[in-house]
Amino acid sequence: MKRTLPLVVVFMIGMIVILSEFIPHRPFSKINETLENWFMIISGFAMLLGQISLIQVNTSKIRNRDENWQYNLAGMISFVLMLFVGFMWGMEKAPGLAGHGESLQAVLGMKPFDYLFEYVYTNLSATMFSLLAFFIASAAYRAFIIRSFESNLLMITAVIVILGRSSFGAMLTGWLPESWNILHLPKLTDFIMEFPNSAAQRAIMISAALGIIGSSLRIILGIERSYLGSDK
Amino acid sequence: MPEIMNVVGLYLGAFFTFCIFSFLYRDNPFYKFGEHVFVGLSAAYWLVYIFYKTLMPNLFTKLITDFSGNLILLIPAALGIMMLMRIHPKTTWISRYPLALVIGTSAGISILRYMQSDLLQQLTATMINPVVSGDGVTTIGNFLLIIGTICGIYFFYFSKKQEGVYAVPSKIGIWFLMISFGASFGYTVMARISLLIGRLEFLLKDWLHLIN
Amino acid sequence: MKLTPLLERRIIYLVLLIAVTIPLLIPIGWKTEVSYHVRMAYDLIEKTPAGKAVIISFDYDPSTMTELHPMAMSMIEHAWKKDQIIIATALWPQGPQLADKAFTEMLKKFPDKKYGVDYVNLGYKVGGMVTIQAMGRSMETVYPEDNSGTLYQDIPALKKIRTLKDISWISSLSSGVPGIKEWVMAGHDMNGVSVTGGTTAISAPGFIPYINSQNQLIGLLGGLKAAAEYESLLGLVGPASNKMDSQSIAHLLILVFIAIGNLKAWRKRKADREKNTLGVKNA
Repeated sequence: MKRTLPLVVVFMIGMIVILSEFIPHRPFSKINETLENWFMIISGFAMLLGQISLIQVNTSKIRNRDENWQYNLAGMISFVLMLFVGFMWGMEKAPGLAGHGESLQAVLGMKPFDYLFEYVYTNLSATMFSLLAFFIASAAYRAFIIRSFESNLLMITAVIVILGRSSFGAMLTGWLPESWNILHLPKLTDFIMEFPNSAAQRAIMISAALGIIGSSLRIILGIERSYLGSDK
Repeated sequence: MPEIMNVVGLYLGAFFTFCIFSFLYRDNPFYKFGEHVFVGLSAAYWLVYIFYKTLMPNLFTKLITDFSGNLILLIPAALGIMMLMRIHPKTTWISRYPLALVIGTSAGISILRYMQSDLLQQLTATMINPVVSGDGVTTIGNFLLIIGTICGIYFFYFSKKQEGVYAVPSKIGIWFLMISFGASFGYTVMARISLLIGRLEFLLKDWLHLIN
Repeated sequence: MKLTPLLERRIIYLVLLIAVTIPLLIPIGWKTEVSYHVRMAYDLIEKTPAGKAVIISFDYDPSTMTELHPMAMSMIEHAWKKDQIIIATALWPQGPQLADKAFTEMLKKFPDKKYGVDYVNLGYKVGGMVTIQAMGRSMETVYPEDNSGTLYQDIPALKKIRTLKDISWISSLSSGVPGIKEWVMAGHDMNGVSVTGGTTAISAPGFIPYINSQNQLIGLLGGLKAAAEYESLLGLVGPASNKMDSQSIAHLLILVFIAIGNLKAWRKRKADREKNTLGVKNA
């Protein structure tokens, strides 16, 4: 029963959503609208669940004094700090439990939550991803090697696109006459992106769509049940 | 005072930037510290926003201001709380009901939207007259688009072994995929470099004021 | 002298850092050519009449700000130049803060624009595609209030906006999921609203099939280069254009790295072949 009833719910809801597309009238349209609004609210709780799980993992590491637990502690302190200032004084123009925190704003120039976002979160987030620039440069040197006809195709396209999407590339072939326009690197890049790239990406898109439709159908029909977890 | 705190903030930003960059030399305590602070702030940010911007206006405020008019909202509220039961192993099964609603809705919507946007519309967009009079380049491009799409899909057909003459379209499909992956690599380079430029701009402009 | 892989890697990092830094300090001033897809997006905004409401969805976070924020500012500037009413939404929780940042910046150029009349920030909602689908039925149900807590019905800019169908165009500035794909699926294909957008360069190739005869996506800005192109269409030298010299130099450097890497691999293969031949002869 603990597994069967949820499967029945999935089937019924999935069918209602599909039917409402073809019968856009009451009661289906109304049920669908209600489901969409509920979905948003339940998703909100699901996100909370994710954050609670993160707290659990971190606190358990701190409690057990696992390796590098000090960093988990630093993470938890920053979590609690951000959470506290967010709930107390809100963010941007929205007030928190203790109003807007005008006195703090007078000191910081903005709300504490926004201050942490602007100066700490933004910089950490942006720098974390910028590291990838170095890794891709290293990968280009060590792994981007011609070995076969296919890798040749990959390499030639990459070189054209890298040049074509830089200001230097436009300068390099800028002297070509109008009749040779297609060989002008930015134009050649446009052509590659619009046709061969689009063809391959479309093939991936169509194939993936078939896969998603198939697996969604399996879920609605109760063939795929792994999302329910085990009974243990 | 805000001016001083602005400078303090910039130094704080620069400190955390260097913490993360220090990973380029090797993994070290500064990097680990920055990484965990990022995770902590990020989690709290999501939590505060979800509470204030979704759960409050779409659920709690409605219930507080007009309880009798919004009685139906008690159902998603209850389902949401049931979702949180997943925390404890003994009550995990309760979360299956809200999960069923979310999964059922997602699966239904996915079938419809992917069928329409990524399957039917894409097929329609491929069934075009490739010949454009007076424009040889577009005509060639259109032919490439049609051949590439068909051969690419053929390549992804794994239900039957592709041998002999049946392997030819698959081979052509691979060529198109390689061209696309090459283009993707080029774009990836562009994306990653841009992010680095952004960081250096912060250090040179906002922090050190070396550039305007 | 033979370099260890670790040392090689560190040299690559250092050279890249220098190559990107120098053009920031000493700009070269290379020009940017406008590509077809950027012009399509520009034309969509250009041809929309004044007074129409449009959506700019801030579906990104600070990690990709360098690429997407200049696009946001250019699109706000363009829409305001054409007197269109901007409704900012966000499918990512960091979006509303970044929207406010972009508006604050642009208000320096357009001090007459009033919040609630010329623009509004509706903020973040969880749910991705389902949320957009719900906006197609009722905007007010999804957004009972704006980002600062003002009720939907009290905002003058939203007086005539009941559903997504009342919007002239949607631009999703997207760095992942949810983003452009969801807007195309639920915004255009379900509700018939014109969708354009900007994305990080890394995601751009995957969205190009949507630019097709079905007009699922009208133009696309892919990465910093496209942002610079949009700025040049507006006649500006903005934050994206300023970075293009560094970008171009770094692209060249990556090509040099690829060439050196291949040369090294070719020499190694040649040496291995010679060693094998010698081995066979000796045997």
